[in-house]
Amino acid sequence: MAGKLPKWLIATAAAVYFFLHAPLMVLVLFSFNNSKFSAGWEGFTVQWYQRLLERRDILDSLWVSVEVGVVSTIVSTLLGTLLALGLARHRFSGRTFLESLLYVPIVTPEIVCGISLLIFFTAASKWAGSGNELLASAGLPALLPVLAPGLLTIIIAHVAFNISFVVVVVRSRLEGMDRNLEEAAMILGADEFTAFWKVTVPQLWPGILSGALLAFTMSFDDFVITSLVTGPGSSTLPIVVYTMVRKNVEPSINAISTIILVVTAVLIYASDRLSQDKPLTPT
Amino acid sequence: MSGGGGSGGGGLRLAWLRWSARRPGVRAWSLMAPGTGWLLVFFLIPLGFMLAYSFMKKGVYGGVEPGFTLEHYLRFFDPLYLTILLRTVVYALGCTFFSLVMGYPVAYVISRSGAWKNLLMFLVILPFWTSFLVRTFAMIFLMRDTGLINTALIAMHLVQEPIEMLNTPFAVMTGLVYGFLPFMILPIYSSLEKLDPSLLEAAEVLGARPFARFTKVVLPLSMPGVVAGSLLVFIPALGSFLTSDLLGGAKEMMVGNLVQNQFIAARNWPFGSAASFVVMGVVLLAVFGFLKSRDDSAPGGL
Repeated sequence: MAGKLPKWLIATAAAVYFFLHAPLMVLVLFSFNNSKFSAGWEGFTVQWYQRLLERRDILDSLWVSVEVGVVSTIVSTLLGTLLALGLARHRFSGRTFLESLLYVPIVTPEIVCGISLLIFFTAASKWAGSGNELLASAGLPALLPVLAPGLLTIIIAHVAFNISFVVVVVRSRLEGMDRNLEEAAMILGADEFTAFWKVTVPQLWPGILSGALLAFTMSFDDFVITSLVTGPGSSTLPIVVYTMVRKNVEPSINAISTIILVVTAVLIYASDRLSQDKPLTPT
Repeated sequence: MSGGGGSGGGGLRLAWLRWSARRPGVRAWSLMAPGTGWLLVFFLIPLGFMLAYSFMKKGVYGGVEPGFTLEHYLRFFDPLYLTILLRTVVYALGCTFFSLVMGYPVAYVISRSGAWKNLLMFLVILPFWTSFLVRTFAMIFLMRDTGLINTALIAMHLVQEPIEMLNTPFAVMTGLVYGFLPFMILPIYSSLEKLDPSLLEAAEVLGARPFARFTKVVLPLSMPGVVAGSLLVFIPALGSFLTSDLLGGAKEMMVGNLVQNQFIAARNWPFGSAASFVVMGVVLLAVFGFLKSRDDSAPGGL
């Protein structure tokens, strides 16, 4: 089959692959270049990686990114999986509305999503503030949560843009699964909960993990939305990298970029493997 | 049945199963309520807030004053903002065009690559999920005055002075295509993947030349992928912020930068909201156009 492709077509595709990958390879290569101005190759070094370890702000932001990534991944994977189960396995009214709602985060540009959350958090915390004053004047404790920009607002935003993507991944796995296995389990005496935990979940697991890895990757990489909802003292790694890119030309940026690339590549490879692991299907 | 449960929760569990078995809607929504609630409160309602803000008056220190006005939308007819809007649409369309021209051959090659398929697909998926910021920095690294391209050109004595590439339309367009090209390849690939090879054999037997086989059989059958891919590239390109911010500078401002600027620097929130809604409006038009074209073509297809 491959032999039948015309040579010019293969050459074109190869050129596009080169365009997609060469810039990143060059970036990685020059993270080991022993020259401050990175103009030409001046020998191998790991000093730019050592520099990273000396920078508190980078290490702190890495920790913030991991925290945000883990929490938002757990929440969005849980909510997204439940949504996928409802959508794939049940009849209910309001389906059209829900399907449209799930598409909103996928088609909304990041800047629009970030700005609308910035407005929302600002307005909500102002209202909560005056509500609490009102409560205080009535002798009651401050009950309304004031969402100060920071870790919490970042996590809320990340969950909001991740849910839909988790739903897409988990749902496609659910639709490839054989419902007869659950029914067989129930005929053999399991109730629906048992059938769900012992039959559905083990089969669905690769889909859930694959969705979770994608959610983590998106959370770990996000700059635009995070930069709009963050507050003082909670900078994620992309925010620090953005500042570095704006300010200077030091090869440390190449080094931190390389680390981010390697982490993402591993996560994406794992997610890809998991999604190719096929569920049991009727034969 | 309850014997299998055995635990203290068994009775409650059974009661819930019995009660909800006759109410499928209740059961579905009890699974879906948390996620739906989150999307309503933290996605749809904030968009509603933004829409409301775009009709209010500008506050003195940022924020808004109550009231209703159309001034922020009318402001878009100012040539300054019309230029930004037009530039954004041109960049987004240009990015879609170049992505299609470059992405289609790749999708075609992957769909007939046999044993290489998994590897080639992975090599498209990888940049698709790789940090956009890092990828944009890779473009800066190549294009800046002391970057790799200029260093190489000077070393080969092809130029004396570095060519200025950053902060030009070339840099922004290259950055956009580099960023969004994978979005084009994936849907085209999946529609080519479904194409039945026997149709091509039939066309060949009936005497169609390679070019005719492509234009009369392959291309029309892959149109759903082309349309979906174009939409997936056009939307983020239209709302892009980082590419024009880092590769274009002030001269190549797009609507995304205008929006961010109104919130962070100019502190004109209602105008920023209106600009944001103009982007959203174009996106929704594109999506509805896409859905309509899909519904129109569906019954006529194979």
